[in-house]
Amino acid sequence: MTENRPKIRIRGLVKRFGRKVVLNGVDLDIGYRESVVIIGGSGTGKSVMLKCILGLLAPEAGSIQVDGEEVVGAGRAVRERVSRKIGMLFQGAALFDSLSVWENVSFGLMQAEGMGRTEARKIAEEKLAAVGLGKEVAILSPAELSGGMKKRVGLARAIATNPEVIFFDEPTTGLDPIMSDVINDLVVKSVKELGATALSITHDMASARKIAHRIAMLHAGRIIWAGPVAAIDHVDNAYVDQFIHGRAEGPIKMEVRA
Amino acid sequence: MGFLAAVGRIFLHFLEAIGRVTQFTGTALFHCATPPYYIAHVGRQMLEIGYFSLPVVGLTALFTGMVLALQSYTGFARFSAEGAVATVVVLSVTRELGPVIAGLMVAGRIGASMAAEIGTMRVTEQIDALSTLSTDPFKYLVAPRLIAGFTMLPLLVLVADIIGVFGGYLVGIYKLGFNPATYLKRTEEFLEAMDVISGLVKAGVFGFIISLMGCYHGYHSRGGAQGVGAATTDAVVSASILILVFNYAITEIFFAK
Repeated sequence: MTENRPKIRIRGLVKRFGRKVVLNGVDLDIGYRESVVIIGGSGTGKSVMLKCILGLLAPEAGSIQVDGEEVVGAGRAVRERVSRKIGMLFQGAALFDSLSVWENVSFGLMQAEGMGRTEARKIAEEKLAAVGLGKEVAILSPAELSGGMKKRVGLARAIATNPEVIFFDEPTTGLDPIMSDVINDLVVKSVKELGATALSITHDMASARKIAHRIAMLHAGRIIWAGPVAAIDHVDNAYVDQFIHGRAEGPIKMEVRA
Repeated sequence: MGFLAAVGRIFLHFLEAIGRVTQFTGTALFHCATPPYYIAHVGRQMLEIGYFSLPVVGLTALFTGMVLALQSYTGFARFSAEGAVATVVVLSVTRELGPVIAGLMVAGRIGASMAAEIGTMRVTEQIDALSTLSTDPFKYLVAPRLIAGFTMLPLLVLVADIIGVFGGYLVGIYKLGFNPATYLKRTEEFLEAMDVISGLVKAGVFGFIISLMGCYHGYHSRGGAQGVGAATTDAVVSASILILVFNYAITEIFFAK
């Protein structure tokens, strides 16, 4: 029965910052075990949308349901239940500076699930191995890691609690093409092994093509196109066409101040 | 008209800021009182605020006591009341200078560090990450700092009081030529329990204010390194001003006739 409804359903989502309307009626469904990638220019509200689903930002209007449970305006208990289902890889990895790598990875297990340190460390090392990092990395501090290693640790932390949904915020930003491909492979592998639903946001079309089942484009506060990865190269939509080919000329005008 | 509008806008911003701080304080107090409690974090913050602030607070208190003895001696000598130096030193240190000087020093040291640490966590999305890992940032970051600030400042001030009085004693004996036994007798003769208690109450309030301002400004910092810098400055300035305001208010409550 649950398979008939989307894992995440977003309807009419509106979010403003002062007078600036960032999301202006977003509608999107993400199915069970589906990997959806949101593309769109900088400042179009992709990260804001993720933060609304996570409950980090409160939208002005609209509905967000996770497993049929309304998140917008929900109480503490519902928010906590929903947030336990979700893992997130942040753009800059957002690792806690004051903790070692393994403590970062097992943070959710120890703090939210009350797991003991010995068992949590064992799981953290397993998750680090799953993203290609050895035990020697576990005791390092985040400041000692390269950008690619930080992303891997962030990914290990996101999957440590075996979440049902994983959000990826710009998983390949700031990485070289080879490391980007490594991260893309890890994202695909992790989502597949966990049987999780994935929602990613990226500017990187190579990444989007690799990790998505379906791509949606956000522009001017709305989803202007959504469809399977294979269809994106044949879309009769000037906005999508301009974005995926990275052309300066077209209907999308970038705000450039002299 | 433009001038009135500007004044009105500033006043509204001021009221808005008071509202935001009050709301933040209420939320923080709620999380201090309800489980889960991060005991290890409270301990770490106690160590940071109490133990590691001892050298700077101790040195400040020592020289404050010394200069106080010197200044009051030169002043009282004008009307032959040099004998009151010990009493003036102990009352000034325990009632006012101990808590205020320690409060201001800790505001500079701890308030700034709290705002910088929490502000950096904010701009690097570490606070958002805490929420996604089912950990309330108020419980994990704010509550331990408030508890540690409230409990450690009185202990710090107690030590500062002793060192400050000792500084006065050193100058009194070795520089001004007082008899040690007489100086000590004068020190304890007019000292009442309420003098020390009022100072410790002030210290508790100041500790709470320092942690609250550090956490509040750090938590609401925006815009990268510049935002964190601004939050740090705001935390120290607002804590220092509030310390002086609350110092007067508490003095009124304890000693106004």
